[in-house]
Amino acid sequence: MKVDWTPAQTAEFRRRRRSRNVALGLLLGALVLLFFGITVVRMIK
Amino acid sequence: MPSDFIAVGGVDFDAIVAPPGVSFADWRDYLALLKPRVMSLVVFSAACALFTAPGHIHPFIGFVAILCVAVGAGAAGALNQWYEADIDAVMKRTANRPVPAGRVAAHEALAFGVALAVGSVVVMGLGVNWLAASILAGSILFYTIIYTVWLKRRTPQNIVIGGLAGAFPPLIGWTSVTGNVSVLPLLMVAIIFLWTPPHFWSLALFMEADYAKAGVPMLPVVAGEAATRRQILLYTLVLVPVTLLPWAFGLTGAVYGAIAAVAGALFIVRAVAVFRNTATVATAMGPERALFRYSLYYLFVIFAALVADHLLLA
Repeated sequence: MKVDWTPAQTAEFRRRRRSRNVALGLLLGALVLLFFGITVVRMIK
Repeated sequence: MPSDFIAVGGVDFDAIVAPPGVSFADWRDYLALLKPRVMSLVVFSAACALFTAPGHIHPFIGFVAILCVAVGAGAAGALNQWYEADIDAVMKRTANRPVPAGRVAAHEALAFGVALAVGSVVVMGLGVNWLAASILAGSILFYTIIYTVWLKRRTPQNIVIGGLAGAFPPLIGWTSVTGNVSVLPLLMVAIIFLWTPPHFWSLALFMEADYAKAGVPMLPVVAGEAATRRQILLYTLVLVPVTLLPWAFGLTGAVYGAIAAVAGALFIVRAVAVFRNTATVATAMGPERALFRYSLYYLFVIFAALVADHLLLA
Protein backbone atom coordinates (compact mmCIF):
# COMPACT_ATOMS: atom_id res chain seq x y z
CA MET A 1 0.00 0.00 0.00
CA LYS A 2 1.60 3.27 -1.12
CA VAL A 3 1.13 6.28 1.11
CA ASP A 4 2.36 9.80 0.60
CA TRP A 5 3.88 10.54 4.01
CA THR A 6 6.91 12.56 5.02
CA PRO A 7 9.64 10.67 6.94
CA ALA A 8 8.52 12.37 10.18
CA GLN A 9 4.91 11.30 9.65
CA THR A 10 6.00 7.76 8.88
CA ALA A 11 8.14 7.67 12.03
CA GLU A 12 5.24 8.93 14.15
CA PHE A 13 2.88 6.39 12.59
CA ARG A 14 5.35 3.57 13.37
CA ARG A 15 5.77 4.80 16.96
CA ARG A 16 2.03 4.72 17.52
CA ARG A 17 1.65 1.32 15.86
CA ARG A 18 4.44 -0.05 18.05
CA SER A 19 2.76 1.34 21.19
CA ARG A 20 -0.48 -0.42 20.21
CA ASN A 21 1.31 -3.69 19.54
CA VAL A 22 3.18 -3.58 22.87
CA ALA A 23 -0.07 -2.79 24.73
CA LEU A 24 -1.85 -5.68 22.99
CA GLY A 25 1.01 -8.05 23.81
CA LEU A 26 0.94 -7.05 27.48
CA LEU A 27 -2.84 -7.47 27.50
CA LEU A 28 -2.62 -10.99 26.09
CA GLY A 29 0.06 -11.89 28.64
CA ALA A 30 -2.13 -10.54 31.44
CA LEU A 31 -5.06 -12.62 30.17
CA VAL A 32 -2.93 -15.77 30.28
CA LEU A 33 -1.95 -14.99 33.89
CA LEU A 34 -5.57 -14.21 34.75
CA PHE A 35 -6.91 -17.53 33.45
CA PHE A 36 -4.00 -19.38 35.08
CA GLY A 37 -4.77 -17.69 38.40
CA ILE A 38 -8.51 -18.44 38.20
CA THR A 39 -7.77 -22.08 37.37
CA VAL A 40 -5.36 -22.47 40.30
CA VAL A 41 -7.78 -20.86 42.79
CA ARG A 42 -10.67 -23.00 41.52
CA MET A 43 -8.56 -26.17 41.82
CA ILE A 44 -7.54 -25.28 45.39
CA LYS A 45 -11.19 -24.72 46.34
CA MET B 1 -7.54 15.95 12.46
CA PRO B 2 -7.23 18.00 15.64
CA SER B 3 -4.18 20.04 16.50
CA ASP B 4 -3.15 17.74 19.37
CA PHE B 5 -1.60 15.43 16.79
CA ILE B 6 0.96 18.11 16.15
CA ALA B 7 1.47 18.67 19.88
CA VAL B 8 1.74 15.01 20.83
CA GLY B 9 3.84 13.62 18.05
CA GLY B 10 5.51 16.71 16.68
CA VAL B 11 4.05 15.76 13.31
CA ASP B 12 1.27 17.41 11.32
CA PHE B 13 -1.22 14.62 10.74
CA ASP B 14 -3.57 17.06 9.01
CA ALA B 15 -1.51 16.52 5.91
CA ILE B 16 -1.90 12.75 5.93
CA VAL B 17 -4.31 10.92 3.67
CA ALA B 18 -5.03 7.72 5.56
CA PRO B 19 -5.35 4.54 3.54
CA PRO B 20 -8.35 2.42 4.52
CA GLY B 21 -7.63 0.21 7.52
CA VAL B 22 -4.64 2.23 8.71
CA SER B 23 -4.96 3.45 12.29
CA PHE B 24 -3.14 6.41 13.78
CA ALA B 25 -4.35 5.57 17.27
CA ASP B 26 -1.97 5.42 20.19
CA TRP B 27 -2.68 2.96 23.03
CA ARG B 28 -3.78 5.95 25.10
CA ASP B 29 -6.65 6.50 22.69
CA TYR B 30 -8.02 3.05 23.47
CA LEU B 31 -7.61 3.78 27.16
CA ALA B 32 -9.55 7.04 26.66
CA LEU B 33 -12.40 5.05 25.07
CA LEU B 34 -12.86 3.33 28.45
CA LYS B 35 -13.62 6.67 30.21
CA PRO B 36 -11.14 5.97 33.04
CA ARG B 37 -12.47 8.72 35.32
CA VAL B 38 -16.02 7.35 35.25
CA MET B 39 -14.55 3.87 35.68
CA SER B 40 -12.79 4.88 38.91
CA LEU B 41 -16.08 5.72 40.63
CA VAL B 42 -17.69 2.52 39.36
CA VAL B 43 -14.76 0.41 40.57
CA PHE B 44 -14.69 2.17 43.92
CA SER B 45 -18.40 1.59 44.63
CA ALA B 46 -18.16 -2.07 43.56
CA ALA B 47 -15.04 -2.61 45.69
CA CYS B 48 -16.69 -1.02 48.74
CA ALA B 49 -19.68 -3.36 48.39
CA LEU B 50 -17.35 -6.31 47.97
CA PHE B 51 -15.50 -5.39 51.18
CA THR B 52 -18.68 -4.87 53.21
CA ALA B 53 -20.47 -8.01 52.01
CA PRO B 54 -20.69 -10.83 54.56
CA GLY B 55 -18.85 -14.02 53.73
CA HIS B 56 -15.50 -14.88 52.23
CA ILE B 57 -14.09 -14.47 48.76
CA HIS B 58 -10.59 -15.50 47.70
CA PRO B 59 -8.54 -12.30 47.22
CA PHE B 60 -7.66 -13.26 43.64
CA ILE B 61 -11.31 -13.94 42.77
CA GLY B 62 -12.20 -10.62 44.40
CA PHE B 63 -9.60 -8.97 42.18
CA VAL B 64 -11.08 -10.71 39.13
CA ALA B 65 -14.56 -9.47 40.08
CA ILE B 66 -13.39 -5.85 40.37
CA LEU B 67 -11.39 -6.16 37.14
CA CYS B 68 -14.48 -7.44 35.31
CA VAL B 69 -16.56 -4.54 36.66
CA ALA B 70 -13.86 -2.11 35.48
CA VAL B 71 -13.61 -3.68 32.02
CA GLY B 72 -17.40 -3.91 31.72
CA ALA B 73 -17.74 -0.22 32.62
CA GLY B 74 -15.01 0.58 30.10
CA ALA B 75 -16.83 -1.42 27.44
CA ALA B 76 -20.00 0.57 28.10
CA GLY B 77 -17.94 3.77 27.78
CA ALA B 78 -16.46 2.65 24.46
CA LEU B 79 -19.90 1.71 23.07
CA ASN B 80 -21.23 5.07 24.29
CA GLN B 81 -18.44 6.91 22.47
CA TRP B 82 -19.06 4.87 19.33
CA TYR B 83 -22.76 5.80 19.25
CA GLU B 84 -22.38 9.40 20.37
CA ALA B 85 -19.50 10.46 18.13
CA ASP B 86 -21.74 12.94 16.31
CA ILE B 87 -22.79 14.63 19.58
CA ASP B 88 -19.26 14.51 21.00
CA ALA B 89 -17.90 16.25 17.89
CA VAL B 90 -20.15 19.24 18.51
CA MET B 91 -19.48 19.65 22.23
CA LYS B 92 -16.31 21.45 23.36
CA ARG B 93 -15.86 19.11 26.36
CA THR B 94 -15.87 15.96 24.21
CA ALA B 95 -14.70 17.05 20.75
CA ASN B 96 -11.20 15.69 21.29
CA ARG B 97 -12.32 12.17 22.20
CA PRO B 98 -10.69 9.51 20.00
CA VAL B 99 -13.67 8.82 17.70
CA PRO B 100 -14.87 12.37 16.93
CA ALA B 101 -11.22 13.48 16.62
CA GLY B 102 -10.66 10.76 14.01
CA ARG B 103 -7.88 8.90 15.80
CA VAL B 104 -10.01 5.76 16.24
CA ALA B 105 -12.48 4.68 13.58
CA ALA B 106 -16.09 4.23 14.72
CA HIS B 107 -16.14 0.53 13.78
CA GLU B 108 -12.94 -0.02 15.82
CA ALA B 109 -14.57 1.57 18.88
CA LEU B 110 -17.64 -0.65 18.37
CA ALA B 111 -15.56 -3.83 18.04
CA PHE B 112 -13.41 -2.84 21.02
CA GLY B 113 -16.49 -2.20 23.17
CA VAL B 114 -18.28 -5.42 22.18
CA ALA B 115 -15.14 -7.53 22.74
CA LEU B 116 -14.56 -6.06 26.19
CA ALA B 117 -18.25 -6.39 27.13
CA VAL B 118 -18.45 -10.06 26.15
CA GLY B 119 -15.03 -10.80 27.65
CA SER B 120 -15.81 -9.17 31.02
CA VAL B 121 -19.16 -10.97 31.36
CA VAL B 122 -17.75 -14.38 30.39
CA VAL B 123 -14.73 -14.09 32.73
CA MET B 124 -17.01 -12.87 35.54
CA GLY B 125 -19.31 -15.86 35.00
CA LEU B 126 -16.56 -18.46 34.77
CA GLY B 127 -14.32 -16.98 37.46
CA VAL B 128 -16.73 -15.48 40.01
CA ASN B 129 -20.40 -16.42 39.61
CA TRP B 130 -23.14 -16.15 37.00
CA LEU B 131 -25.44 -13.93 39.09
CA ALA B 132 -22.76 -11.23 39.23
CA ALA B 133 -22.08 -11.81 35.51
CA SER B 134 -25.80 -11.43 34.69
CA ILE B 135 -26.04 -8.13 36.57
CA LEU B 136 -22.87 -6.92 34.84
CA ALA B 137 -24.33 -7.85 31.44
CA GLY B 138 -27.59 -6.12 32.36
CA SER B 139 -25.82 -2.93 33.40
CA ILE B 140 -23.76 -2.79 30.18
CA LEU B 141 -26.88 -3.38 28.05
CA PHE B 142 -28.88 -0.86 30.11
CA TYR B 143 -26.24 1.86 29.71
CA THR B 144 -25.73 1.19 26.01
CA ILE B 145 -29.25 0.49 24.77
CA ILE B 146 -31.64 2.12 27.26
CA TYR B 147 -29.54 5.19 28.08
CA THR B 148 -27.25 5.86 25.10
CA VAL B 149 -29.39 4.73 22.19
CA TRP B 150 -32.92 5.23 23.50
CA LEU B 151 -33.17 7.88 26.20
CA LYS B 152 -30.31 10.35 25.86
CA ARG B 153 -31.56 12.12 22.73
CA ARG B 154 -35.26 11.80 23.54
CA THR B 155 -36.06 12.90 27.08
CA PRO B 156 -34.78 15.22 29.82
CA GLN B 157 -35.24 12.27 32.18
CA ASN B 158 -32.35 10.54 30.35
CA ILE B 159 -29.89 10.67 33.24
CA VAL B 160 -32.54 9.82 35.84
CA ILE B 161 -33.45 6.47 34.28
CA GLY B 162 -30.02 5.96 32.73
CA GLY B 163 -28.47 6.54 36.13
CA LEU B 164 -29.64 3.09 37.12
CA ALA B 165 -26.86 1.59 34.96
CA GLY B 166 -24.24 3.43 36.98
CA ALA B 167 -25.92 2.32 40.19
CA PHE B 168 -25.50 -1.42 39.56
CA PRO B 169 -21.78 -1.85 40.46
CA PRO B 170 -22.31 -2.19 44.25
CA LEU B 171 -24.80 -4.96 43.55
CA ILE B 172 -22.21 -6.71 41.37
CA GLY B 173 -19.54 -6.38 44.06
CA TRP B 174 -21.88 -7.70 46.74
CA THR B 175 -23.20 -10.67 44.73
CA SER B 176 -19.61 -11.58 43.79
CA VAL B 177 -19.13 -12.48 47.46
CA THR B 178 -22.55 -13.66 48.59
CA GLY B 179 -24.20 -15.00 45.44
CA ASN B 180 -27.46 -13.33 46.47
CA VAL B 181 -29.09 -9.90 46.79
CA SER B 182 -30.01 -8.30 50.12
CA VAL B 183 -31.12 -4.95 51.55
CA LEU B 184 -27.79 -3.15 52.01
CA PRO B 185 -26.57 -3.45 48.38
CA LEU B 186 -30.03 -2.37 47.19
CA LEU B 187 -29.71 0.73 49.39
CA MET B 188 -26.28 1.36 47.84
CA VAL B 189 -27.94 1.17 44.41
CA ALA B 190 -30.62 3.62 45.58
CA ILE B 191 -27.96 6.03 46.86
CA ILE B 192 -26.13 6.16 43.50
CA PHE B 193 -29.45 6.31 41.61
CA LEU B 194 -30.62 9.36 43.62
CA TRP B 195 -27.17 10.97 43.58
CA THR B 196 -26.97 10.92 39.77
CA PRO B 197 -29.54 13.69 38.96
CA PRO B 198 -28.07 16.40 41.25
CA HIS B 199 -24.59 15.46 40.04
CA PHE B 200 -25.30 15.59 36.31
CA TRP B 201 -27.83 18.42 36.35
CA SER B 202 -25.37 20.70 38.16
CA LEU B 203 -22.91 19.93 35.34
CA ALA B 204 -25.65 20.41 32.74
CA LEU B 205 -26.43 23.86 34.14
CA PHE B 206 -23.00 25.31 33.48
CA MET B 207 -22.55 23.26 30.27
CA GLU B 208 -26.04 24.08 29.00
CA ALA B 209 -24.86 25.86 25.87
CA ASP B 210 -22.86 22.81 24.80
CA TYR B 211 -25.80 20.46 25.30
CA ALA B 212 -28.15 22.83 23.46
CA LYS B 213 -25.73 23.06 20.53
CA ALA B 214 -25.56 19.25 20.34
CA GLY B 215 -29.35 18.93 20.57
CA VAL B 216 -29.25 16.83 23.75
CA PRO B 217 -32.47 17.46 25.73
CA MET B 218 -30.89 17.87 29.14
CA LEU B 219 -33.23 19.34 31.74
CA PRO B 220 -31.78 22.91 31.71
CA VAL B 221 -32.14 23.00 27.92
CA VAL B 222 -35.74 21.76 27.95
CA ALA B 223 -37.19 23.07 31.23
CA GLY B 224 -34.87 25.98 32.04
CA GLU B 225 -32.48 26.77 34.86
CA ALA B 226 -35.05 27.43 37.60
CA ALA B 227 -36.84 24.10 37.12
CA THR B 228 -33.49 22.27 37.05
CA ARG B 229 -32.34 23.94 40.27
CA ARG B 230 -35.64 22.97 41.94
CA GLN B 231 -35.22 19.36 40.80
CA ILE B 232 -31.63 19.29 42.09
CA LEU B 233 -32.81 20.41 45.53
CA LEU B 234 -35.72 17.92 45.56
CA TYR B 235 -33.50 14.95 44.63
CA THR B 236 -30.95 16.04 47.25
CA LEU B 237 -33.66 16.18 49.92
CA VAL B 238 -34.63 12.60 49.03
CA LEU B 239 -31.03 11.40 48.65
CA VAL B 240 -29.75 12.43 52.08
CA PRO B 241 -32.41 10.55 54.13
CA VAL B 242 -31.86 7.46 51.95
CA THR B 243 -28.12 7.55 52.76
CA LEU B 244 -29.12 7.34 56.44
CA LEU B 245 -31.30 4.24 55.96
CA PRO B 246 -28.42 1.71 56.30
CA TRP B 247 -27.79 3.11 59.76
CA ALA B 248 -31.52 3.45 60.59
CA PHE B 249 -32.10 -0.21 59.63
CA GLY B 250 -29.20 -1.32 61.82
CA LEU B 251 -27.17 -2.52 58.85
CA THR B 252 -24.25 -0.23 59.74
CA GLY B 253 -22.93 1.39 62.90
CA ALA B 254 -23.00 4.95 64.19
CA VAL B 255 -19.72 5.85 62.45
CA TYR B 256 -21.36 5.52 59.05
CA GLY B 257 -24.51 7.28 60.29
CA ALA B 258 -22.54 10.28 61.59
CA ILE B 259 -20.42 10.63 58.44
CA ALA B 260 -23.47 10.29 56.17
CA ALA B 261 -25.37 12.88 58.21
CA VAL B 262 -22.56 15.47 58.09
CA ALA B 263 -21.75 14.86 54.42
CA GLY B 264 -25.46 14.98 53.60
CA ALA B 265 -25.96 18.27 55.45
CA LEU B 266 -23.10 19.79 53.43
CA PHE B 267 -24.71 18.45 50.24
CA ILE B 268 -28.01 20.11 51.16
CA VAL B 269 -26.24 23.42 51.91
CA ARG B 270 -24.70 23.37 48.43
CA ALA B 271 -27.98 22.32 46.77
CA VAL B 272 -29.77 25.22 48.51
CA ALA B 273 -27.06 27.60 47.22
CA VAL B 274 -27.73 26.28 43.70
CA PHE B 275 -31.51 26.68 44.23
CA ARG B 276 -31.06 30.30 45.29
CA ASN B 277 -28.76 31.16 42.40
CA THR B 278 -30.50 32.90 39.53
CA ALA B 279 -27.59 33.11 37.11
CA THR B 280 -28.19 32.18 33.49
CA VAL B 281 -24.61 32.46 32.25
CA ALA B 282 -22.05 29.75 32.97
CA THR B 283 -19.46 32.16 34.34
CA ALA B 284 -21.81 33.13 37.21
CA MET B 285 -22.60 29.53 38.15
CA GLY B 286 -20.15 29.13 41.01
CA PRO B 287 -22.62 27.25 43.25
CA GLU B 288 -23.34 24.77 40.44
CA ARG B 289 -19.63 24.09 39.93
CA ALA B 290 -19.17 23.74 43.69
CA LEU B 291 -22.04 21.24 43.92
CA PHE B 292 -20.72 19.23 40.97
CA ARG B 293 -17.25 18.96 42.54
CA TYR B 294 -18.62 18.23 45.99
CA SER B 295 -20.98 15.52 44.69
CA LEU B 296 -17.96 13.54 43.44
CA TYR B 297 -16.26 13.68 46.84
CA TYR B 298 -19.59 12.98 48.53
CA LEU B 299 -20.09 9.60 46.89
CA PHE B 300 -16.51 8.59 47.66
CA VAL B 301 -17.00 9.60 51.31
CA ILE B 302 -20.32 7.75 51.69
CA PHE B 303 -18.93 4.49 50.30
CA ALA B 304 -15.63 4.82 52.15
CA ALA B 305 -17.66 5.35 55.34
CA LEU B 306 -19.51 2.09 54.70
CA VAL B 307 -16.19 0.23 54.52
CA ALA B 308 -14.70 2.04 57.54
CA ASP B 309 -17.81 1.29 59.59
CA HIS B 310 -17.73 -2.36 58.53
CA LEU B 311 -14.05 -2.67 59.51
CA LEU B 312 -14.70 -1.02 62.87
CA LEU B 313 -17.65 -3.31 63.61
CA ALA B 314 -15.61 -6.35 62.60
